[in-house]
Amino acid sequence: MGIAFISEQTLRRNFAEVKAGMKRKEAVDESNRCLYCYDAPCMTACPTGINIPSFIKKIASGNLKGSARTIMDANPVGATCSRVCPTEELCEGACVLNHSSTPIRIGDLQRYATDWAIHNEQMLFSAGQSNGKRVAIIGGGPAGLSAARELARFGFAVTVFEAKEQAGGLDTYGIVSFRLPQEVSLWEVEQVRQLGVDIRTNAKVGADVSIEQLRREYDAIVLAIGMSKVPSLGIEGETLDGVFDAIDFVESTKTAVRTDIAGKRVAVIGAGNTAIDAATCSVRLGAMNVKIVYRRSAAEMTAYAFEYDFAKQDGVEFQWLTAPARIIGNAKGHVTALECIMMELEKTEEGRARPVPIPRSTFKLEVDAVILAIGQTRHLPLIEQLGIAHKRGIVTVDESSYQTSDPQIFAAGDVVFGEGQGEAMVVSAAQQGKKAAYAIYKQLIKLQEESA
Amino acid sequence: MADLRINLAGIASPNPFWLASAPPTNTGYQVQRAFEAGWGGAVWKTLGDPIINTSSRFAAVHFNGQRVAGFNNIELITDRPLEVNLKEIYETKKRFPNHAVIASLMVEPSREKWHEIVKQVEAVGVDGLELNFGCPHGMAERGMGAASGQQPDLVEAQTMWAKEAAQTPVIVKLTPNITDITATAKAATRGGADAISLINTINSLAGVDLDSWLTIPHVGGKGAHGGYCGPAVKPIALNMVAECARNPQVNIPISGIGGISNWRDAVEFMLMGATGVQVCTAAMHHGFSIVEDMIDGLNNYLDDKGLSSAMELIGKSVSRYSDWGDLDLNYQVVARIHEEECIVCNKCHIACEDTSHQCIERHTDEGGRAYLKVREEDCVGCNLCSIVCPVEGAISMVEVPSSAMPMSWNERQEAIAGIGGEGNAKSSAREAV
Ligand SMILES: Cc1cc2nc3c(=O)[nH]c(=O)nc-3n(C[C@H](O)[C@H](O)[C@H](O)COP(=O)(O)OP(=O)(O)OC[C@H]3O[C@@H](n4cnc5c(N)ncnc54)[C@H](O)[C@@H]3O)c2cc1C
Ligand SMILES: Cc1cc2nc3c(=O)[nH]c(=O)nc-3n(C[C@H](O)[C@H](O)[C@H](O)COP(=O)(O)O)c2cc1C
Ligand code: SF4
Ligand code: SF4
Ligand code: SF4
Repeated sequence: MGIAFISEQTLRRNFAEVKAGMKRKEAVDESNRCLYCYDAPCMTACPTGINIPSFIKKIASGNLKGSARTIMDANPVGATCSRVCPTEELCEGACVLNHSSTPIRIGDLQRYATDWAIHNEQMLFSAGQSNGKRVAIIGGGPAGLSAARELARFGFAVTVFEAKEQAGGLDTYGIVSFRLPQEVSLWEVEQVRQLGVDIRTNAKVGADVSIEQLRREYDAIVLAIGMSKVPSLGIEGETLDGVFDAIDFVESTKTAVRTDIAGKRVAVIGAGNTAIDAATCSVRLGAMNVKIVYRRSAAEMTAYAFEYDFAKQDGVEFQWLTAPARIIGNAKGHVTALECIMMELEKTEEGRARPVPIPRSTFKLEVDAVILAIGQTRHLPLIEQLGIAHKRGIVTVDESSYQTSDPQIFAAGDVVFGEGQGEAMVVSAAQQGKKAAYAIYKQLIKLQEESA
Repeated sequence: MADLRINLAGIASPNPFWLASAPPTNTGYQVQRAFEAGWGGAVWKTLGDPIINTSSRFAAVHFNGQRVAGFNNIELITDRPLEVNLKEIYETKKRFPNHAVIASLMVEPSREKWHEIVKQVEAVGVDGLELNFGCPHGMAERGMGAASGQQPDLVEAQTMWAKEAAQTPVIVKLTPNITDITATAKAATRGGADAISLINTINSLAGVDLDSWLTIPHVGGKGAHGGYCGPAVKPIALNMVAECARNPQVNIPISGIGGISNWRDAVEFMLMGATGVQVCTAAMHHGFSIVEDMIDGLNNYLDDKGLSSAMELIGKSVSRYSDWGDLDLNYQVVARIHEEECIVCNKCHIACEDTSHQCIERHTDEGGRAYLKVREEDCVGCNLCSIVCPVEGAISMVEVPSSAMPMSWNERQEAIAGIGGEGNAKSSAREAV
């Protein structure tokens, strides 16, 4: 195998945002096509309830600041969402023009308006009058930021504790740059910071900051820590050199350039959106061949259709009905192959097909790297320390207030996702953060005022 | 946050956006919904003696896939009993004391009739009156609306009669179906009007059905002319507002109406002398919520311009509106094509070649790439190419220095007369003023 070289310049180009923003005329033409429906279905389909006809009308009338404000008002991470939301399943899928024409390009228009705000360095909101109460937010991802923004507008003194160097969560570190440049997420962080929210980075709760301290010093706590690392597969060879956690892998491409994948053969295990991101990232890092290895078939994969298409366009190959059995390494401890076994699907009572191995069907894929993308584990230790109810690390919340079993603690975002609860999307994290904020406002301010 | 409040001849409202007297202001329910949505004022659907409206009333002109470029109606004034309207006006005003509620009125041209209705509506607490001298159909056939609004003496007399009884400000709403709008605007001023509003609708026939050969709309097979409004009438309305604003004999505030669909249109009317605006068609097309962007857009615009109040806009462009005879004949602009933006659709070329001055040349560069270039010495600066160009920024009209001193037609005629001879030229120039 030859040593491949990839220049830093090529890498930067490969990781630049793929999709160009709308041109002015494009945006004006498209915004004028929107019917400005009353009780618009697109709006209902948006988890954050953005007033879509209104923001589109404002693009048409040239009120771009107003447009950006309408978007960001309902969704504190609206610039990110314009790029990463599965719009065909949400707003655009609900657009009435699906029936008679083509749906309005809501996501692209949303990006157009928020890009305008980013480029014109607009400050869109201001903090509310101080109400004397303090809220701590653990985790500065979309859920935490969204809660922080709303709480600041209600006049709370808000502190966000973020373990990483920068806030933004997976928007900053987890979603590939060519779909979501880091600047976009950091702009959203800045919008929140400018409301006077104290965002303390490199501050991991449970390690750098104690839970007791938070309980003592704050009137309410929002737990928005998302999910944790990819779980282990439980097969031989997972500690070999060249085996990566997909989330760490994507993160490494957000902050720096890496040249070690160029020319390599990569197998990605799993077929969710994270697997696709890891695979397309590998392609862009110059990998010679990238295969997605999945034990079920295309019909069962959890990645969005547009993600799947994107991966195919990037030349990613799909190895369906294939389960990894063992990762094989050389004397130096480096990955050389992935041993797999073929599967077949068996109908189960619950409906989802269960893959079962086909006897004597093992084969070997020669690879230089294996990326694991089979879901995410939970921040179990912290959740246990907080002593709140959870099911296998999925924090249990009241579905309207996002309050946990501890009345002082609320939870939002990926930390409550699972077991039929919530959805692992940026937009739902944002909405849950808002709802937690409203519930805190109600509990600490409104009800107090009413009883006073 | 700029101050959006306006005060039009003593009528205060939280913002310059009022609903015009029309179907959107037919009932208390509607006007209250409108105020909830953010409208600053409403001119109630015209009150008067009972009438009957036809079924099949409206029609619209759609243009290239965009709906409602223009709107046509044959509706008359309110068809609800006066007492019902008065009761609802009272309730609306009570619920929204800070919003402007104006009663639009139309009665026969008689002093008693005017006195009577003015007293009745003022008794329920309106903030002002608008005399509808504009409705171009139906009512006009009965000697009201546009019929009386087209005769300056009747406008003056009726304004006077209304003023005799009125305690609140009187706005006279003018019909555009007249050659010189300032004739009736001046008459209203002479009659003592506190303000004028314009325009009402323009005589129109929306269309003819190609299969049935019936008019659009028709009422049981017959049609009658209607009144035209909506985006298509905006330039006509804007000119009429500007003509009134710059006429020293019409020195009263103006409420601008006609084709206003968004905050930009409103700003234009205000710059041209309107103190506030009224909207009908845009609300009928999209509902009351469009006012949200009107308010927000105006607010952001004022902030951007560093203005603290909407009132500061009023009339800022009026001094720029003049007579043709005062325009500088030596001012020269030429078209300039920006190759980076141009998509080579050749529309500018053919427009100039076929219908203007044949000065946009088509070329091909060494690389075989087509491009267009204006022969500036032949360009008369008509703007046509930049109008047909589909790409913003591909053609700009740039001023080129003129060797001659600025000189208008009027100045030129005067200069010629000064040299002697051509006495006729001088007098005709005066007439043009
Ligand atoms: C690779 C990948 C691609 C994705 N693509 C999409 C997509 O295209 N569209 C979409 O809608 N969604 C996508 N998602 C899902 C989406 O990113 C998440 O649903 C969303 O980010 C959840 O937001 P959150 O705020 O709950 O958690 P996170 O974004 O995970 O944020 C949690 C934050 O908490 C911090 N934290 C954790 N523990 C502590 C602690 N003890 N103390 C302090 N801070 C702590 C973390 O550092 C992190 O910043 C993707 C996810 C991945 C992994
Ligand atoms: C259906 C319809 C009914 C109208 N009825 C009245 C009326 O009763 N009294 C009146 O003064 N103007 C009436 N108008 C005229 C409007 O108030 C307004 O002057 C005109 O529509 C121009 O504004 P626009 O372009 O925003 O629609 C009516 C207009 C329409 C479309
Ligand atoms: S459903 Fe479609 S057309 Fe209607 S408001 Fe939404 S984006 Fe516009
Ligand atoms: S809008 Fe339609 S349903 Fe309503 S009154 Fe008019 S014709 Fe009837
Ligand atoms: S009309 Fe505009 S885009 Fe078309 S050729 Fe002319 S300059 Fe270029």
